[in-house]
Amino acid sequence: MAKYLLLKHYRGGPEPRFDVPMDRWTEQEISDHVQYMSDFAARLESTGEYVDGQALSPAGTFVRYDGEGRPPVTDGPFAETKDLIAGWMVIDVDDYDRALELAGELSAAPGAGGKPLEEWLEIRPFLTQPPTVTP
Amino acid sequence: MTSGLGPGEVDEPLVRALTPSVIGVLVRRGADFAAAEDAVQDALLEAVRTWPPSPPRDPKAWLVAVAWRRFLDATRAEASRRRREERVEDEPPPGPGSPRDDTLQLYFLCAHPSLSPASAVALTLRAVGGLSTRQIAQAYLVPEATMAQRISRAKRTVSGVRFDQPGDVATVLRVLYLVFNEGYSGDVDLAAEAIRLTRQLAGTIDHPEVAGLLALMLLHHARRPARTAPDGSLVPLAEQDRDRWDVRRVAEGIAILQAALARDRLGEFQAQAAIAALHADARTAEETDWVQIVEWYDELVRLTGSPIARLNRAVALGEADGARAGLAALAELDPALPRYAAVAAHLHERDGDVAGAARLYAEAAHRAADLAERDHLTRQAARLNAGQPGRDGPGPARRRG
Repeated sequence: MAKYLLLKHYRGGPEPRFDVPMDRWTEQEISDHVQYMSDFAARLESTGEYVDGQALSPAGTFVRYDGEGRPPVTDGPFAETKDLIAGWMVIDVDDYDRALELAGELSAAPGAGGKPLEEWLEIRPFLTQPPTVTP
Repeated sequence: MTSGLGPGEVDEPLVRALTPSVIGVLVRRGADFAAAEDAVQDALLEAVRTWPPSPPRDPKAWLVAVAWRRFLDATRAEASRRRREERVEDEPPPGPGSPRDDTLQLYFLCAHPSLSPASAVALTLRAVGGLSTRQIAQAYLVPEATMAQRISRAKRTVSGVRFDQPGDVATVLRVLYLVFNEGYSGDVDLAAEAIRLTRQLAGTIDHPEVAGLLALMLLHHARRPARTAPDGSLVPLAEQDRDRWDVRRVAEGIAILQAALARDRLGEFQAQAAIAALHADARTAEETDWVQIVEWYDELVRLTGSPIARLNRAVALGEADGARAGLAALAELDPALPRYAAVAAHLHERDGDVAGAARLYAEAAHRAADLAERDHLTRQAARLNAGQPGRDGPGPARRRG
């Protein structure tokens, strides 16, 4: 049993195969996409593999400590290249292969033209795998 | 685990120990497994509510009576299930029967090969262990709804399985060892729970591998207090304060193991327990009988062919015959194995290759699957790098954030 984070990137991942912005899709295509995602989550809940999931706003800012006072906030000179996370889902599955399988399914959510979007998803294991008992 | 038993509290360990045999009685009377399991969970909740002021004289009889009533209520509530209800009503009252066999069947059912490991573990903890869905969800850090679905799917999966077929002990043992390895999070100590269930199993079935697993768990568990520092960081075996090992558990584990080994039906759990026993027996790290440990790893490799066993054998060989021997054994293994880099780092350090070891520790830290282990390996790399030039240079050990 292992937990994985499925990360959906706006940017920063490999080049997407189909890159039609969502605002160019038809309303029906958007509804179908949204429906697919929520069906996917519901199905994972029914298999006992769902942990959590959230969508994120694309408007992220970088912040750091800069001595006493208000920390500097920047969208930086890298606004067009920085990695942006669109959302995430946490799953708890038997093994890595199952995580791959599920990420593949999630990536097949319909996009423009109703065809699978073939979106890149990142799979990250949580650092909580039980250590096999060692001496 | 809840706090100790006080006045007005339910004897939770007792109630949980009774769970599998109560389910067994219901199933023997004709209830299907899923319905019986639900009814018994209801009865457990009822026990928590009503026992404190007036505990029953015979807790098991009480649980059977209440669970059976619940089962009948649930069955009657569905008109479409009337025919089954009539069959149930016609069922003769239970004879003395053999509750031990029922419990054993329940272990087999909950570890049925048609279940995924996660489902088998959840079902075992609930039906055999008597834990609530909430407790299991907390222990595995998933939402209660997720765990509830996992358990009901598991129950559906095995609902057609006949209760009287013999199962596979090896499958049950694997499930129990999975529970044990989860350790603890939330309020249930899964390692202790796994020991309890394995002990119960050992009392039900006479099998040297069951005894082997029980011994292995006791020996590992005995060392747990010394395995982590108060801040949660790992303490390697050689540096553990052996006075903090639980000698009673060690003694019990060794006694169980010796009785199992005497029966001359060696299996992987007995071999692993033998290795754990040799570690537990050494008063100091230097006194460890590495030569015998290598021999047991040879047995383990012969029994399982497991690449992990080969990896651990390389460590033992490095201690018994020197770092070069360990490195030679390591060279025959696949570098993609989990912990390969950590083992390589350790052997390189023992061989005097500080720079190589530091690099390998850093690589091992990157590949660690567990936070405490990653931090430990990062510290090892840092310890070796402290004596090395070029700290500010680029290198794999450098980590942002």
